[in-house]
Formats: sequence, structure tokens, C-alpha cells
Amino acid sequence: MHVASWFQKCIEILIFYDFQEELVVRPLHSGDIYASFQFRTLWETDFMRGNKVSHYRLFPKSLGQVISKFSVRELHISFTQGYWRTMQWGQPYLPSPPGAELWVWFQDSVTDVDATWKELTNVLSGIFCASLNFIDSTNTVQPSASFKPLGIGNVTDHRFLRYATLPREIVCTENLTPWKKLLPCGSKAGLAVLLKSEKLFHSSFHSQAVHIRPVCQDWQCKTTSWELRQTLNVVFDLHNSGQGKREWSLFKMFSRTLTEACPLASSSKIYIDITDNPEGEQFELSPATSLLSQAMVLGDRRTFSVYDLTQQDTFGSVRSLNLLIRWKSTEGDMLRPLLHAERYVAGYGLQTGEIHTLMYNHHPYRSFPVLLLDSVPWYLRLYIHTLTVTSKGKDNKPSYIHYQPSKDRVRPHLLEMLVQLPPNSVTEVTVQFERALLKWTEYTPDPNHGFYVGSSVISSLVPSTVAMDTNSTRERPLFSSFFPCKEESSYFVRVYTEPLLVNLPTPDFSMPYNVICLTCTVVAVGYGSLYNLLTRSFQIEEPSPGLAKRIANVIRKMRGVPPL
Amino acid sequence: MGLLSDPNRRRALINLLTRLNAPICVVCYMAGVAWFMGLAFEPFTLRTYMSENAMGSTMVEERFPSGERAVATGREFAAHKKKVSGMPVEWLVKTMQARGLEVYTQRFSRTLPFPDENKERYMVKGTNVYGILRAPRAPRTEALVLSAPCTPGDNNNQAVGLLLGLAQYFRNQIYWAKDIIFLVNDHDLIGMQAWLEGYHHTNTTGMDWSPLQGRGGSIQAALSLELSSDVVTSMDLVLEGLNGQLPNLDLANLFYAFCQKIGVLCTIQGKLQRNDWDSVSGYSHAVQTMMLMVMKQASGRPWGDHGLFLRYHIEAATIKGINSFRQYKTDATTIGRLLEGMYRKLNNLLERLHQSYFFYLMPSLSHFVSIGYYMPAFGLLAVILLPGVLSVLTPLVISHLTGAALYMLPIRFQEMAVEHFPVSETEAVVLTAIAVYTAGLALPHNTHRLLSGEGTEQGWRVLKLVALLYLAVLLGCTALINFSLGFILALTLVPAAAFVTPHVPKVLSAFVLVILSPACTLLFSVFFFQELQEMPVSFLDGWLLYLSVISQGILDHFLYGSLVYPLIALLVYPCWLLFWNILFWK
Repeated sequence: MHVASWFQKCIEILIFYDFQEELVVRPLHSGDIYASFQFRTLWETDFMRGNKVSHYRLFPKSLGQVISKFSVRELHISFTQGYWRTMQWGQPYLPSPPGAELWVWFQDSVTDVDATWKELTNVLSGIFCASLNFIDSTNTVQPSASFKPLGIGNVTDHRFLRYATLPREIVCTENLTPWKKLLPCGSKAGLAVLLKSEKLFHSSFHSQAVHIRPVCQDWQCKTTSWELRQTLNVVFDLHNSGQGKREWSLFKMFSRTLTEACPLASSSKIYIDITDNPEGEQFELSPATSLLSQAMVLGDRRTFSVYDLTQQDTFGSVRSLNLLIRWKSTEGDMLRPLLHAERYVAGYGLQTGEIHTLMYNHHPYRSFPVLLLDSVPWYLRLYIHTLTVTSKGKDNKPSYIHYQPSKDRVRPHLLEMLVQLPPNSVTEVTVQFERALLKWTEYTPDPNHGFYVGSSVISSLVPSTVAMDTNSTRERPLFSSFFPCKEESSYFVRVYTEPLLVNLPTPDFSMPYNVICLTCTVVAVGYGSLYNLLTRSFQIEEPSPGLAKRIANVIRKMRGVPPL
Repeated sequence: MGLLSDPNRRRALINLLTRLNAPICVVCYMAGVAWFMGLAFEPFTLRTYMSENAMGSTMVEERFPSGERAVATGREFAAHKKKVSGMPVEWLVKTMQARGLEVYTQRFSRTLPFPDENKERYMVKGTNVYGILRAPRAPRTEALVLSAPCTPGDNNNQAVGLLLGLAQYFRNQIYWAKDIIFLVNDHDLIGMQAWLEGYHHTNTTGMDWSPLQGRGGSIQAALSLELSSDVVTSMDLVLEGLNGQLPNLDLANLFYAFCQKIGVLCTIQGKLQRNDWDSVSGYSHAVQTMMLMVMKQASGRPWGDHGLFLRYHIEAATIKGINSFRQYKTDATTIGRLLEGMYRKLNNLLERLHQSYFFYLMPSLSHFVSIGYYMPAFGLLAVILLPGVLSVLTPLVISHLTGAALYMLPIRFQEMAVEHFPVSETEAVVLTAIAVYTAGLALPHNTHRLLSGEGTEQGWRVLKLVALLYLAVLLGCTALINFSLGFILALTLVPAAAFVTPHVPKVLSAFVLVILSPACTLLFSVFFFQELQEMPVSFLDGWLLYLSVISQGILDHFLYGSLVYPLIALLVYPCWLLFWNILFWK
């Protein structure tokens, strides 16, 4: 054995690396199908304290350099095309708003957070081929409560947090390619071979994300490591791509089948959610697997069929895996997720308007608090005194309000509220706004399209449905089902509302020439002469009277007769 | 401007103008009318053209195949409608859900200020049903609307069938970038008003409606479909909306372009396009079409369900399938393709329709008169008022109080009138309106004498000055918003304003003044409108029609917020009373 390769082996043993990949497929209530990919890379290293890290193995170097250069503690970025339909699809595993979203926690060693943030967005813009460079102070906020760090660390001073969304960002293949390049196997092997853009963008919903955070490596948290989680969520439409047949397969969804796991992966699995299908009455799954797994997902105990791609017998005799789901039942009605929200602009005309945010609590008997975050651009001038929160026709006073007014052309409005949602109710938050007149260079291209307002973010700990499950349809030992245990009593949900498209008063940009001509003419001819007539008095000038006449007039004046 | 700065020449000019005042006025008036009539002459008008690039250059292919099935669905809808004798809400919800839409309903109720005998309704209760086709990978920010009213009787069942057929076909297409809302509205305009108010969460008319559950963001454009008979020979485009608002001309262009492409007979005001513009009959045809538009626009009523969208800055039009008993027949598949094409182009829009004209008149579908061309006609009429201003305050308040009485009393006193007189509510309202109107003629000059004794020569001149300025501003503003109404009012009020002084023969002038009063203008308009539609009526029928038009005008104001009735009652009528007052100045 060569010395060099022996040395490398040693490093690999000493430094902990791990890569896992998995795909979760959930046949949705509506007949559509939800596929969620997750790729996780763990790396025990220390970017901080000026460490020069030069040996990258599974971890993408471009992201590693970003973390060390900008002293990033946590980074979450998502690109989404489409809107998650909570009422038809239930809650997603990883929520994200339409467009691009970026939130970053910096290390407390960073002195000028704003400058670092500006630089970071520009770098990320290059890495992901996205317009993240449009993030500036006018769309960045520092939420005080809604976005807490997801990794280890106890820093919650929101001075080191920056949050921004670009609701207008359009996500397409040029964003997917750099995202795939971050994977250890690229799109050459493993689950990533399924990621073909022509299929992924022929869907109802597409979302891809990158999450970087520090995590504990063991249960005692003696050592920490960096976790890079790349996720991709996609929903395929029954009507568009099912071609009428209610049948799904890997090949039909991704136009590929699986033949191997990524050789670098320690684990490579496919999970199919079969909770609603214990006896196979909803759909038929082939090839069948005996491997089952249970997990608590979003407050619900779910059962999954598991396919382990690292096992050769998964692929069977044809040496390829093509999962097939054949629906038996018909399309279902709408769901009633415990928490969902919607938002719209009310009113008409181009002067004022009102933003309505509706939050639904469908829990039959439990009320729970939610954190609402609204970031509204400065050109909608919020009248914060008109803010009302009502539930069931009564005023619902928020227990916490954090409001930062906007500054024209500098920063947006930030409104955070902690609102208690009564059981089985709709809570309506309304606030009126006035539409500002922009300077003519501030209009975007296609100004008559309107201006976007990013999604509201609703974060909450929602009471679990497991506790609601009193008539116990599932087999459970009695001793385990009396007191709800901590993990099961509530679960974290983040809901994004739809972005808003608001029309501002827009000048007719094709008319400047006409307007200039007309204005000049009116000013020159009309106003000029009128002004002239008004300010000068014109009278016929008599030739000045002679001396004799003047004397005569003086005498006549003394006599009281009119002058000559 | 040297002319005006030189006092001698200025004096000469003023003398000339004062001397020639009457002839100049006559010439201007004639020129204004002549200009207006010239607008319908084809060489003077512009051809329509598509201004919006997003809709112009891109080609779309129409493939809607299932017209027959849509007709069958329409029949099924008719059967269910008959069974529940009204809107078959459950059936519609189920059918829309089966087509893969997100379906919601909205209940509404409205008590009319007085019973509407023309449509036989007083306490209206209904349910709108709408289904949203969610566009794939779109964030619910933009939407298009296709609506079909659910009317009582056998009307319009086919339209609902076609709407459902299109929903099914559209659902299977991948190219949608905007959500499409398929709306079946109950009780035609009232339902539409309720839905729009619910969608935008406003309440302008005091209607009760249940809040909407699902939305699709900001609505970019809307079409309303009406197929009045099973046999359709041509498609008619209706543009006139509430308060005389018109949709962007590009919407009309889009309709015309697709009719040409698919080969459907298309009409506007129910009139076909003619090629013989140089013949007298061709010209009079164009005049007739344009005058119909002027009359409809001046009425300020929504002439289709689309009319209410315009208030919300949503470009909308109604497409009517009409049976004009021609040889040519259009089947449901073709109409479906026409709509498919229009929706695909609207789907391509990057911005709201804004490139083309918002102020126009159409003498035919392929030609239009823009604001720059029709305003001079109005300007020539308005110029007559200016010398009047140069040459001339009292019962202004009384006139306006009369106007306010005309606005408020008919609704307030309907109950009392019904108790004391053998009339129905609608009659009571209309007759009270006419009574107040007539009483107003007697009132002002009497009170004026009581108040200030003998009027002076200076007095009536000042009054005339005020009245003329008033009229000029009033007509100018009206014409900017609703050209047709402004023009019709100017046509009658301006001569009245120009000739009236206390020194003209009283009886004859009073007669002329009454003839030129707003109420008589409306009466003539009713007869003229019938004449244009080639359905002349006898005087008695015309009178009845006149009464119903007044009641409809009042209803439109209370139901949809139409502004014509308050405009006439509170501004135009008092202004006319001022002239009446001048005539009887003592």
C-alpha cells in the first residue's frame, strides 16, 4: 500500500463523513402524488476560528467556502415554483413559499452583518444561478421570533438573523443543475438519477432547498458536525400526467428506473406512505415489500413501506426497481388540515386597499397560539392603526406584537404577532394600506403586471392529532395511550400564505413624448399668454399733454370740474 | 398673442365676437353634430389592431373537441334546474368536482328597494357556484374568469354546459399560467355583484353575502358567456359596462381576431359588418351601430354580466350567441374553440390589458373611433357656452333641493303612495319621480319672487353666468367619463342654455325648454333606441317602456351603484331648472 493512500485512509477514519439519501412517496388524498427527496451530508469539521479547511470530500467545496468566509452559523435557502395546496394535499414535509426564500443566522463574531449579508446573497446568486442579488435592504427583515435556529447553539439575538423572500423568482432547470452538482454522486447514480428536469417541471409543484446547520454528532453532543440537507419536493398532477389512468410508477413520474444506490451513501432508501392503505383498499403497490417502518410525521403516526437500495435483492431479477402504485378508490374530497391560511387584497381602485389574512384552526376543541410574520414592501404604506384581529366575530388581542415601520426606499414593514387561535374558528387579520407613487425609474419591467408582496409566514406548535384519536382505531397498548407524551402532544408547522400581486398607480410609459409635447405647448401658448394678460395692464397711451393743458387741469381740479 | 396684447385690436376682436355671437354659436353647433355624424364614416375611422404584443404575435392552436358532450351537459343541467326550479347547486358542485376543480359556493341575499316588476323579483336569495382550476406551478397570484349566468327558464343552459365542457378540457392541459375561475352566477347581475363584492371584500351596495373561501389572486380578465338559444348563428360582443365604462379595446380585438380565424359570424350591437361603406345604406348602418353604442353607453347600465367587473379594473366583455335566423349555423365545438383560443391568449398576458384604448366608440367590429377623434365634436358644442360666459345668484339652492327631492322622495314615499293611490310599487316610484320633476317646474320662479321681490336685469345675467359655467363643467366631466351620455346631454341642454333669456317669447320658449329637458331627452332616446333596433313602438308602448326605463335606472343605482340616476337628479336637472328660472325672471 502506498504511503499516500494509507495516509488518506487514516484521515477518512479520523474525520467523520456520512452521506444518506432517501425518497418519500406519498400518494395524496386528491389522487396526485407527492415525492420528496432528501440528501444529507454530515461532516465533522470546524470552519470557525480561522481554521483553513482545504480537504473536502463529500461536502461541496463551494458551500464550505461560503460558510467559512461569511461566518455562517445556519443557512436555509429554497426555490419554489407553485403553491402548496394544503386543502388538497395536507401538510408538506418541508414547507416553502413560492419564489425564493433565504434566511441565514450569522456567527456572533460578525461585526457588520448587513455588509456580510449583501456579499453572501451575491455569492449565493452565482452558486444557484438565481436572482438572489436582488435581495437588498428593501426586502430584508430581522424577524424577532418566527425563525429560530434549527441547529445547535444558543444564540437567539435576532441581530444576527436575516430573512428575505423574492416572490417573483421563477425556478427552472438552470437552478436545478447547480443544485444537483452539490450532490456527492451528482446525477450519475443513486436516487439522483431520477431528477430529470423535463419531468420535474411537468408537475403541479416543485420546490428545491438547501439547509446547512451545525448538529450534534452523538447523543452527548461532545462533537459537532455540519449537516447539509438538500431536499427536493415535487407533486405530480393526476390529470395532466396521469393520462386518465390512475396509475403511477417511477418510470412514469421520472422517466427513469433505479438500478443502484449511490456508492458513497451509507443509507439509500425509498419510503412509501401506506398509512391510509393498510389493507390495500386505496391503492395497490408493487413490487411488495415486507419491510415496514413507523414514524411520527407532522403529529400523525405514519406507516411506510421501505425499499433499501443498498440491498441487491431490492432490485429483483430484472436488476431495476420500478415502483408502481395503482389507485383503486376515486378522488377524495377536500381535507381539513388543522392549520391553514390564506391571504388576499380587498378593495378596488388604485389609492388604498386592505390586506386580509385568514388563519383557520380546524381543531375541534383545542386552541393554540401561532406566530404570524408579515413583511410588506415600503410602497404599500400600511396604516397600522387599522390593524384588526378578529376571531368568531370578536376582537382577538394579540399577546405579542413586534412592528417595525418601513422607511421609503430603505426597508420594508415588519409585523410579527402572536395570536391565539380559538378552536374551530377563522381568525382574520386585516390592515389597510395606501399605494405609494413610485419614481418613474423605480418601476419594474412590465409595471402593469403588478408588484409582489411576499407570503406571510405562520409558525405554530399544533396539537397533535394522535391525542384526538380517542376511539383508537389503531392497535395500541392501553398503558401507552392515556397521557399524551411530549413528542406526540404537539408538532411544529410552518404555513406560508400565497403571495399577493398588487397594482400600483402606473403611468403610461409609452406616452412621455406626447405628454412632453402637449405640456410644452399648453405652457407656452396657453399659460404664457394668460399670465401675460393677467399681470400686465394694457392701455392706450395718450401722448403726454402739453404744459398749458396740465396747468388747465390743475385749475379745473381746484374748481371741481372733470379734467380735459 | 400680439392680437390679445394690443388693446385696440382686442377691442375689435371682442366687438366682432359679440356681434357674430349668434351665427358662431349656430355654426359651432352644426359643426359639432356634423363632426359626430362623420365619426361613423369609415374612411374617417381607424382599423382596430392588436396593441398587446403578448397576444398578438404568438400563435395558439384550438383543439377543443367535445362540443356535443357540452350540449348534453347543458341538457342535464337544464333537467336539474327544472327539478329544483332554480340553481341546481349540489349538481353543479358535484359536476365541477368531477372535472378536477376546487369548488366553492357563495350564498347571497338582497332585498330590492322596491319590487322589480320587469324581472319579477323583490327579495332575492341565491347561490353562486364557482370552481377554480389551479394552474400548475403558479403561485395563485393571477386568475381569469369565465362566467355563465344561470337564468330562469330555458335560456342559457347551453352556456353552462359549454362552461363545464371547457372546464374539463382546460383541466387536462399543462400550459396554464393563471388560475381559471369557472363561475355560474345565480340571478344574473345581482349574483355577479355579490360574487365580485365577496371576492374583493367590499360592500358598496349593502348586499348580504357569505365570504368566499377560495380565491385565485388578482383577476386579469373575464368573459361572460350567454347563449340565448340552442341554435346560434352569430356571436355578439357586448362591451358597455356600468357607468358607461368600457373594457380595453384589445379585448374586442381579440374576439374579432379569433372570429376571423375560426370563421364565426361576429357582430356588435347585433349588427354585422358591411363592406359597402361608400353607399348610403352602408353609412347609415354604421351610424346605427355607433348610435346604439352611444345610447347604451349613455344609459350607464351594465349590458351584460361583464359590466360589473369593470369597476374592479378587470377587463371584461360578454359574448352572446344569438340566433338571427340566418343560414349560417355555429355549433358548440366552434364556440368552445373560440373561447379556448381567447383564453390561451389571455393566459399568455404578462401584464394587465393596458396597451390599447379605454375610451372609444365602435361603428363596426373592425373599426373604432378613439377619444382624440370624438372629443372635438363635444368641444364644438361646449364652445358655444363660452361666449355665454363672457356676456352673464340666487335660486341655485332651491334648484338643488328640488334635485335632492327627486333623488330621495320616490323611494321614501313609495309606501305612502301605494296606500293612498291605486298603483303598484314600481309605478309609485316612477310616478313620484315624474311628479317631483314636474312640480320642480312650478317651484323655482314662484319662490324666487317671494324671496327677492323684483329681479333686476343684472340679476338674471349673473344667474345665467353661473348656470352656464355649471353646465360647462358638468358636461365636460360627464363627457370625459362617459362620452355618450355627455354628448346626448350636450345635444339637448346646450341649445336650451344658449337661447334662454327673460326677453324671449314666454310660451313658445317654455315649450321648447320642456322639450329639451332631461326627462324628454330620455323619452326621445327610448323611441330612438327602439327605432335603431328596428323595433318601433307605438306611443303608448313607448310611454310604458319609458316608465320601466326610469324604474330600471333607479334600480341600477341601488343594486349596482350606477351613477346615472343621481347624476340626472342631483346635477343635470337642477342645472336645467336654472335655465327655466331665467326664462321666467321678472
